[in-house]
Amino acid sequence: MVSQGRAWHHAGRVAQIPESIPSTGFSGRGLACRRGGRLVFEGLDFALDPGGALLLTGPNGSGKSSLLRVMAGLTPPVAGGLAWNGESLHEDPAAHRTRLHFVGHLDALKPVLTAGESLAFWAAMRGGDHGAVQRALARFHLEALADLPCRFLSAGQRRRLALARLVASAAPLWLLDEPSTGLDEASTADLLAAIAEHRRGGGMIVAATHLDLPLERAALLALQDFAPRRAA
Amino acid sequence: MSAFLAVVQRDLRLALRQGSDAALVLAFFVLAVVLFPFGVGPEPQLLARIAAGVVWVTALLAALLSLDRLFQLDYEDGSLEMLALTPLSLPFLVLAKCLAHWLTTGLPLVLAAPALAALLNLQAEGYFPLLLAMGLGTPSLSLVGAVGAALTLGARRAGVLLSLLVLPLYIPVLIFGVASVDQAVAGLAILPHLSILAAFLLAALPLAPLAAAAALRSALE
Repeated sequence: MVSQGRAWHHAGRVAQIPESIPSTGFSGRGLACRRGGRLVFEGLDFALDPGGALLLTGPNGSGKSSLLRVMAGLTPPVAGGLAWNGESLHEDPAAHRTRLHFVGHLDALKPVLTAGESLAFWAAMRGGDHGAVQRALARFHLEALADLPCRFLSAGQRRRLALARLVASAAPLWLLDEPSTGLDEASTADLLAAIAEHRRGGGMIVAATHLDLPLERAALLALQDFAPRRAA
Repeated sequence: MSAFLAVVQRDLRLALRQGSDAALVLAFFVLAVVLFPFGVGPEPQLLARIAAGVVWVTALLAALLSLDRLFQLDYEDGSLEMLALTPLSLPFLVLAKCLAHWLTTGLPLVLAAPALAALLNLQAEGYFPLLLAMGLGTPSLSLVGAVGAALTLGARRAGVLLSLLVLPLYIPVLIFGVASVDQAVAGLAILPHLSILAAFLLAALPLAPLAAAAALRSALE
């Protein structure tokens, strides 16, 4: 796909995407996504270096969640492609799943399982061990709730438990859809601390958010800039 | 492998904690079989003649009851999406869920079948073949059912649609399952029929998870 030379916003500045595919990090070029027969965005480029963060902004329906689903490999883009360390994701979609964490709108918690069991299950799916689960519970201050079935958890506690999955097993790319929804101030601080630590270790973050998520050195990607133009 | 076992363990734990699903399937099986003597009359010879067929048909219907929930709950609470993004590949995920489904619904049906056959006056030679045939046949029901459950995911009235899709595919299992019991009662060899049931299971074992995984992928898009 021919690059349309679109500008993107980098920490307030307008930066130009390099023409070649970057050899490190996670990038996408010329992405277009169709949901329910409607083109949501097109000609979208992004690039994320190790340790980088990308904030997706835009009004409702501008395609923030759709872009995250494309990045996760759940929804195939109708145009364009993604690359990891310079290699196209088309080559090996299975490898992509081992390097990402996805936290969507839904918390994926079972009412009859306890908080500890839920977290241990999701960690086991990605090779996280018991110690990592305990550290993740502590990190989001959930130790006291570990033996409580999830049906007794409040919305904020459920959210914290969903986020605790991020640290219960390691993955270099975190895809977060409105991660701070329903969190109080202290829990948001826990989340920001976890994100900062992840980035210090070379991890990458893509987060869709309405609320201001104060991330340092984060690039902004305004989805409304990539709304499809009407056919001339 | 550990991820595969983690899914099986989770599904078994969920089935044990909520309990109702597996118990309902078994209760339906028992009740439906018990209805037959009221419908066709209590004549022992007649009941003995239809025993294998009745047990098999009701087992098929009972297995169907729980199938629409195989992926539905995981789909609704976002777990399925998350599971699809774990390193465990989708066909193995389906296989793990089928194994858990069979252990919680198929296996109880197999174990209850001889007792219900006794209610219907099945002749003594039929019990062992009935156990064998159901042991070989019910895993196929879970596997083929998983394809239907994946295809109808998110559809309105998924349960009804699922029955229409899946019941015709159950016919081979039904024919050879019933025939192996009838053959044994008639004093004939049962190995050919059991072999066909085994062949059906061996074919379903790789094919059904692949088909169900493709259906799940499109449901999750």
